[in-house]
Formats: sequence, structure tokens, C-alpha cells
Amino acid sequence: MELLELFKYGFIQHAILAALLMSVACGIVGTYIVARRMVFISGGITHASFGGVGIGYFLGFPPLAGAAVVAVLAALTTENLTRRKVLRNDSIIAILWSLGMAIGIIFVYLSPGYAPNLMSFLFGSIITVTSTDLWLMLGLALTVLTVFILFYKAILYVAFDEQFARIRGIPVMFINYLLIVLVALTIVLSIRTAGIILVLSVLTIPQNISNLFTNRFSHIMIGSVVLGFFASILGLILSYYLDIPSGATIIFTLVIMYLAARLIKVVIFRR
Amino acid sequence: MKAPLVSIKNMDFAYQKHLVLSDVSLSVFEGDFIGIIGPNGGGKTTLIKAILGLLKPQKGTVEHAFDKSEIGYLPQGIQVDEDFPITVREVIASGLEHGLKIEFRKARERHQKVEEAMERVGLSALRTRPIGELSGGEFQRTMLARAFISSPRLLVLDEPDTHVDNKFETELYSLLKELNEKITILLVSHDIGTISPYIKTIACVNRDLHYHTSNEISEEQLKVYNCPIEIITHGTVPHRVIKEHIHR
Repeated sequence: MELLELFKYGFIQHAILAALLMSVACGIVGTYIVARRMVFISGGITHASFGGVGIGYFLGFPPLAGAAVVAVLAALTTENLTRRKVLRNDSIIAILWSLGMAIGIIFVYLSPGYAPNLMSFLFGSIITVTSTDLWLMLGLALTVLTVFILFYKAILYVAFDEQFARIRGIPVMFINYLLIVLVALTIVLSIRTAGIILVLSVLTIPQNISNLFTNRFSHIMIGSVVLGFFASILGLILSYYLDIPSGATIIFTLVIMYLAARLIKVVIFRR
Repeated sequence: MKAPLVSIKNMDFAYQKHLVLSDVSLSVFEGDFIGIIGPNGGGKTTLIKAILGLLKPQKGTVEHAFDKSEIGYLPQGIQVDEDFPITVREVIASGLEHGLKIEFRKARERHQKVEEAMERVGLSALRTRPIGELSGGEFQRTMLARAFISSPRLLVLDEPDTHVDNKFETELYSLLKELNEKITILLVSHDIGTISPYIKTIACVNRDLHYHTSNEISEEQLKVYNCPIEIITHGTVPHRVIKEHIHR
């Protein structure tokens, strides 16, 4: 089939919009995650949210709504317990990570019948995105954009040096909790497209590609949005022609782009 | 007499049950340049954190005659993530930020202040350099500019000469002396020999605090005050002779 013909399909148009919205949210939030070295925390929140998916199946409400509630709770719990030094940060993450997965598996098992979309939650399914999903993703992308435009400096300074930010009267705790909730929501809405197992890559690989060429936070954000969108579209097209799963193909595209970028940096920029 | 900028009265501070500061009182007046000296672990950093409002004393009071946001602060041995994507200019500009105020106006004025501050510490050429690619001295200069860019009422510097080469150390203290014409300064150091020519008065901190209205202090007095700083523990301070004098 011709490429242009492909874009006439409704599901492909939905997929492209989903890729765009996901790239905006993940590009921006992912830059914060990477700069603050919060990738492992994000992994914990992602996997914990599977508990919500399971409860959703069992009680018969949308699994994604369950995932959203559990992800936000996991994010707030991690942040709070870490601040209060109740446990080592990475141990808290590991516990919530596996607890969420355990709850999810128990409830999926207890649910009558079988869970037809389970795989799509684990590995994402960008081509089955509904218009409801798109509206939610649009809302999130706009929220992320607004927060980062309004509070860009405060976010940057808190991420760089919390103690100094506090002395300058920036509400450090407010910024930290606001951002961790945004991280959780971004993860949940990306689960629809990239899946629980794969979402971390969308939050980290575009940022690391951009970071090869710029050291400015704002430039990494913009670069990540563009690269994330490009990789999603390219991955989508490849997955269609090769008839392989879209989520996994997008991740592969990103990794290959990263390696290519490293090569370009060495060969062309000689750095 | 004018009211002090900061007044600490009978302050105790303990981490868990370990008493670090005991019955400490100090008044900081406009135009002061106080050298806070004392041995490592003697409570110097704890004292200034209490002044900054970062720590709450268990006993006694710390009062400010101005808003705490008007303090410029250079912490000791700052540990930042070297890979954090932020430039020299952005770090220095962060010293101008206050609260969550969203200011689209005054951009030019802010830009001007950042340029001036970079000029003053000799970093204009490195303005877009990422923080991780600076040498120790360049980094410390960035931190210093961030601390004084807001023209604070009080400038608090905790061992600012760490990782700084000798040439910049001299420049640093001359700059502080210049800044002191307008800004009140508290300077923490474990090395009285170096800072003595620049400071006006000395506060000796070793669990308790002794205040000297002079910038020189003899070994005898330090012994009396149980303040074993460098000149006592190591015996000599090169190129500097502190003259003997009767204290009050």
C-alpha cells in the first residue's frame, strides 16, 4: 500500500495524533526525569500502576483510570517516604514496583473470563487509541505545557539545587509534588501507546539523544519532543510494513536513532 | 545605636541529642564583615544555617530585621550533579529568582544584572558553558555570583575559598571587601590567617560563641576560648604574623 493512502485511515490518524501528544508530554516531563535522575522512580511508578489496571478489570471500571489513581498514589508515597527518610529511596521504589505488579496479577487472575487487552497495557497499542484517549492525552499535554511555561525557572532551579531554591523563597515542596504527579499522569497516559514495559524509553531516549548535542534544559525539552514524534511516526510506518508490534518497533527506532546520533557526534562533530 | 540586622539570643541547637551550639548570642549590624572561625565540627555551618532559617533552634531565638529572601548564600562544598543540563548564566540568574513570581517584564533589567555579575567574577566568556565543564575555581565563582547578584542585605559565605587557586583567592577577598561597602557579610572560614586582612570582626565558634571586635586574635586568646583553629593545631601560619594585643 502507498504510504499516503495509509494516512487516510482513521486509526492511523488517531495513532499520529497520539504520537504527537505523547511526544509533547514525554519530551518535556522526560527531560525533568532524566536531569533529576528519576528514571528508576519513574520505572517504579509505571509498574506500580499495573495494580490499578488489575483492580479496574476486577471491579469493571476503565483499567486506565485505575492505573492513574494508583500511579499518583505510588508517586506521592515514594516522594513522601523518601523525604522523611523512612527507607532507602531505591528500596521504596522496588517495593512499590513489585507490590503494584503483584496486585495487578492477582486481580487479573480473579477477574472472570480472560483479559483481552492485557497485552496492550503491557506493550502498548498505539493503533487502537480511541477518541476518549486522545482527549485525555490532549488535556495532559496542555497541562504539562502550561505548568512548564509558567514555572519553568522554578522547576529548573529546584531540580538543580533544592537548598538554594528554598532560600530564594521558591516553594520547593509544591514544585516537587506537582512534578511527581505530572510524571505519574504522563506515564499513565503513555501506557496506552507505549505500554508499561516500554514507556521508560520514550521518557529517556529522546532526551539522551538531544543531550548529546546540547546542554541546555530548554533545548533538550524541545529536541526530545521533535525526536520522540519523529521516532514514533517512523516506528509506526515500519511496524505496519514489517507487520510487527508498533510499541516495540518505536523503541527499536529510538535506540537505533541514539546509536546513529552518537556516531554522527563522533564522525561529524569529532567530539 | 541602630537595631541589628540579625539578632541571635541564647540559642541552643542539637542534632538528635548531640548538642552542637550552646547558649549562642550574636548581633549582626549593617555594614559588618564578620569572620566566623572555629574548628571543623565546631558548629560554624550550623550557626549560619540557623541564621538562614534552614534549621530551627531548640532554644533561644533568631530574629531578622529584613525578609529572609534578602540573604545571599554560598554554601560550603556544594555538591551538584555535574551532568545537570544548566549553563553558567542560568545558574547565576537563579540568584535573582524570588518565590513563584511570574515576571515577563523586567527581562532587560535582569539580563543586565546577570551580565554585570558575570563581569565581576570574570566569567563573561563562559556564560553558556554547562556547569559540569567548569574548573573548581570557575564553579566557585559562579556560586559566588549567584549569591550576590540580588544585592542582598546580608551575604553569607561558607568557606568560599574551597577549590579556588591562590590567584583567585586574593581576587575573591578583594571583591568581598568591595561588596562590603554596600552589603553586610558573614564569612565562615577555618583559616583566620587568610581572611584576617579583609574582615572587620571575628566570631569564634566552638559549641559556644565568642565575639571579638577586632580582626586580629592572638593564640593566647584562642586557647582561652577553647577555639583550636589552624594557627594552634598546626603551629604556624605562613606569611602572616598576628600581633599580640590586650583584648579589652
